[in-house]
Amino acid sequence: MIDPHESTTDRSDLHVSQNGDALPPPIRRIALDRQPTVALPPSQDSVALANGDRSLAAAARPTRGIAGPERMSISGLSVFYGDNEAVKNVSLPIRQGEVLALIGPSGCGKTTLLRTLNRLTELTASARREGLITLDGADIDSLEVTEHRRRVSMVFQQPNPFPMSVFDNVAYALREQGSKRPKKSALEPYVIDALQRAGLYDEVADNLDHPALRLSGGQQQRLCIARALAARPEVLLMDEPCSALDPKSTNVIEELITELRTDLAIVIVTHNLQQAYRVGDHVAFMYLGDLVEYGPTDQVFDNPSADRTRDYIGGAFG
Amino acid sequence: MATPTRPRSSATPLPPLPLPRTPGTPKAPKKKKRVNESIRTWRLTDRIGYVLMWAAGLTLCAIGIGILAFMAFKGVQYLRPDLIFSHPTVEPDQSKSGGFLDPLLGTILITLIGILIATPIAIAAATWIVEFGRPTWLARLIDSGIEIIAGTPDIVIALFGLVLFQQGIFGWMSFTAAGGAVFGRSFLTAGAMMSLIALPMVFAATREGLQAIPAHVREASYALGKTKAATIRRVLLPSVKANISTGAALGMGRIAGDTAIIVVLLGASLRLDPEGSIPFLRVLQGTGATLTSYVYNNSPAGEGNAPQKAYAAAFVLLLIVLGLNFAVDLIARSGKKSGLETSRLGAR
Amino acid sequence: MLDRLKEPWTDRRAGLLLGALACFVLLVIVFMIVFVALRAWPSFAHNGLSWFSSKGNVDQQLDKMVNSGANPGSADYQLGAWPLIYATLLTTGLAAFVGLFFSLFSAIFIVEFAPNGVRRVIVPIVRLLAAIPSVIYGLIGILVLAPFVGNSLVSQERKGSVQYVIPLSGTGLMVAVAVLTVMITPIMIAITVDGLHSIPKPWKEGALALGVNRWRAMWTVTVRAARPAIIAGAVLATARALGEAIMISMVAGSKGFSPNPLDGLTFLFEPLRTLAATVVEDSESVNAPAMQASLYAMALVLLAGAFFLSLGSWFAKQPLKKYGTRS
Repeated sequence: MIDPHESTTDRSDLHVSQNGDALPPPIRRIALDRQPTVALPPSQDSVALANGDRSLAAAARPTRGIAGPERMSISGLSVFYGDNEAVKNVSLPIRQGEVLALIGPSGCGKTTLLRTLNRLTELTASARREGLITLDGADIDSLEVTEHRRRVSMVFQQPNPFPMSVFDNVAYALREQGSKRPKKSALEPYVIDALQRAGLYDEVADNLDHPALRLSGGQQQRLCIARALAARPEVLLMDEPCSALDPKSTNVIEELITELRTDLAIVIVTHNLQQAYRVGDHVAFMYLGDLVEYGPTDQVFDNPSADRTRDYIGGAFG
Repeated sequence: MATPTRPRSSATPLPPLPLPRTPGTPKAPKKKKRVNESIRTWRLTDRIGYVLMWAAGLTLCAIGIGILAFMAFKGVQYLRPDLIFSHPTVEPDQSKSGGFLDPLLGTILITLIGILIATPIAIAAATWIVEFGRPTWLARLIDSGIEIIAGTPDIVIALFGLVLFQQGIFGWMSFTAAGGAVFGRSFLTAGAMMSLIALPMVFAATREGLQAIPAHVREASYALGKTKAATIRRVLLPSVKANISTGAALGMGRIAGDTAIIVVLLGASLRLDPEGSIPFLRVLQGTGATLTSYVYNNSPAGEGNAPQKAYAAAFVLLLIVLGLNFAVDLIARSGKKSGLETSRLGAR
Repeated sequence: MLDRLKEPWTDRRAGLLLGALACFVLLVIVFMIVFVALRAWPSFAHNGLSWFSSKGNVDQQLDKMVNSGANPGSADYQLGAWPLIYATLLTTGLAAFVGLFFSLFSAIFIVEFAPNGVRRVIVPIVRLLAAIPSVIYGLIGILVLAPFVGNSLVSQERKGSVQYVIPLSGTGLMVAVAVLTVMITPIMIAITVDGLHSIPKPWKEGALALGVNRWRAMWTVTVRAARPAIIAGAVLATARALGEAIMISMVAGSKGFSPNPLDGLTFLFEPLRTLAATVVEDSESVNAPAMQASLYAMALVLLAGAFFLSLGSWFAKQPLKKYGTRS
């Protein structure tokens, strides 16, 4: 019988019985008169979140965007890497004034879809595309690819500023696109405007020649956004832009997206369901290359029509 | 760092950017012709650069294939087996002046001497720098030193060898006259200087190999109680055997192809001219020729005027050097299979 | 005693032994500089700074040294090596300049634009070209290029116009620079290709995603970021060109003559001889004290040149570090 009020533990190391056999190690007695650590009961907020109540998330993002004209339209798009069909017959509209969030587990084709929108998949030799994508009504295959990419800009997952100054980074697109190289003074207002729209101007205003690689991660990502915005694209594609960043920078960039969506059509791929809920106005859920569900965010999250969507959002897999 | 601020949209509208915008067509024609990067839209400088680039690439191909094909053609045309196996003689009549057996032996001899001297020193230096390396200034100094040796022209090394090995203490390495004047030219002296040529390559390869060994391999060995010396001897060096071999093969290729040191430090005899009385050492103490000096002397630049022999000898030399470089590829490939990271040399 | 060798060596002993062997390398360099300088000293002592100037026909001065015997007087040491220095600078500079552009464009071709089949051919070719000994380059130069230039490109009338000064037999500046360029290009290509490959892909992708064409993306981002590697390759290749003796002595005409750009097209065909080639050609007579001092002096100048080259490359790389590059 263990005496609960005894507060010592047996310290003898020599576990030898009287006739020399080795005894099993002694049972350490538990000290019971210390104050126990008690788990606190769950608060109202965490209970609500666990039950799928998104009121906190909704409070973090006040309004949904108002959809404007359709900028890009995807009809029947299939993308093949060799024989592997990464994207299967997807059709989506991309409208100005709203953010389209692509969600889905890894390998479902959302990044491939995004990269197809600005024809980056053509860099892979084995990639093949079928179906129609239009930009402002024009088939993107009829456009020069460099011009298409000027109108549909991309921000990548890992911030990738060039090894140049901040000014040169943002001015890069402007310098290299025209047929004549503009003077630095002519570019300055556009660079400053892009940096302001990206929310970086105040931090770098005192020295625009600061080396871009010496900025922090969040600043570098905003610099990449500024760089993408400099040439006034019509559509902005973002491939998990906050996944490599700390929460504070993530917050800033999410606010930025909300600001930018009035002028642009934004498509964002994200792994983070809460972020998709906060930021996205329409949500497209993809699974293994198929577009499983598409609809307004509130409807998809609260009332998904497909079982798979319900499972994914509920966290059954992912 | 300033705290990130809220982004602001542009206050004043800016004039539209003067960039080209084409309308495009609503739906592409049935037979889809993808408009990719057509060079027509590029700037003039871009187009010039593109054309120059293709020109450079194709010219390079043409020159390379031209040189190799030409040497192969001439070599096959002029090389006869008896040339490889007969001794050269000094004869005005070219048909009787023999082949280049001695120069061939000379090349092999010089390469072996050079690499045998260079390899231990290079491995020792690389191992010391990677595994010990304290004090740091010394390590950096030695690193720069080997870079200086790598950048030194070979005739400077040749002249240095001459002055070094004409000192009395090195009299045993070459012919020493009765009055004490040291000749300074022999296989031993030339080989010793050749080792300086090969040293940087073996050093670089070994160092890359040792640096590529992940830290946990060393830590595992130390954790088992082995001393650093034992770790180096039993674990690290065996695993960089492929790198060392690669570096050695590259070094041997460079030694075999070097002419300046031979011309200065090997004396001018056409045949192997042993010196002294100790059975094997006498060959090394004597003078001779190598394929490189043979080619040089038989070309219009030297005394002889036997371009056919020069082509034949050059072809054999080329085969030896290219064979060594091919061996580098083989070693690098088989080294990859063994699992550890091997050096990049020759692997691209 | 064998037992003693078999006992595990203490780390300290192993470290000292390896360190001693490593320091041996430093000793070699020190000795090299000291010994070469010692033997070179008489030449500089007798000439002073005028060693670097032109005192007329260099070949005559060198011949005088060969014949001066074992006890040369001060007059025998006279040497104005400027024609040789000028020839060295000319050949090295031209070859490095042409080679840099040739190798840069070839490297861009190999890394980005070459179709796969062409790439599979060109990469081994570059490696093989880098391995070919210089005497074989010299052989091709003197047996193929020089006769071609001498017979087809240089007219009889041009040869006649200078025949009392120099022979225009084909061996000369043009062939020398051409072969030298082909010799040093593979080294530069190999290092530049390595440098271009080491640029992280996100930069290139980012540039393409901004709508610049492939050439522009390569040129303004990748090549710009790889500048340290390009400089390193250029310096290595230039150092090799500087010290190239055998090939130059075979194809450049072996005359201590200063090619004059004002001669017009004839400038390209004029013979010359570099410092390194002079050393190799006159090395048989190195026993004559006057000649010995002169040759060692030339070697010392070459050594100094190689040293200044690497110093220059260090300086050239410094401003590139500001914005962050792959070095």
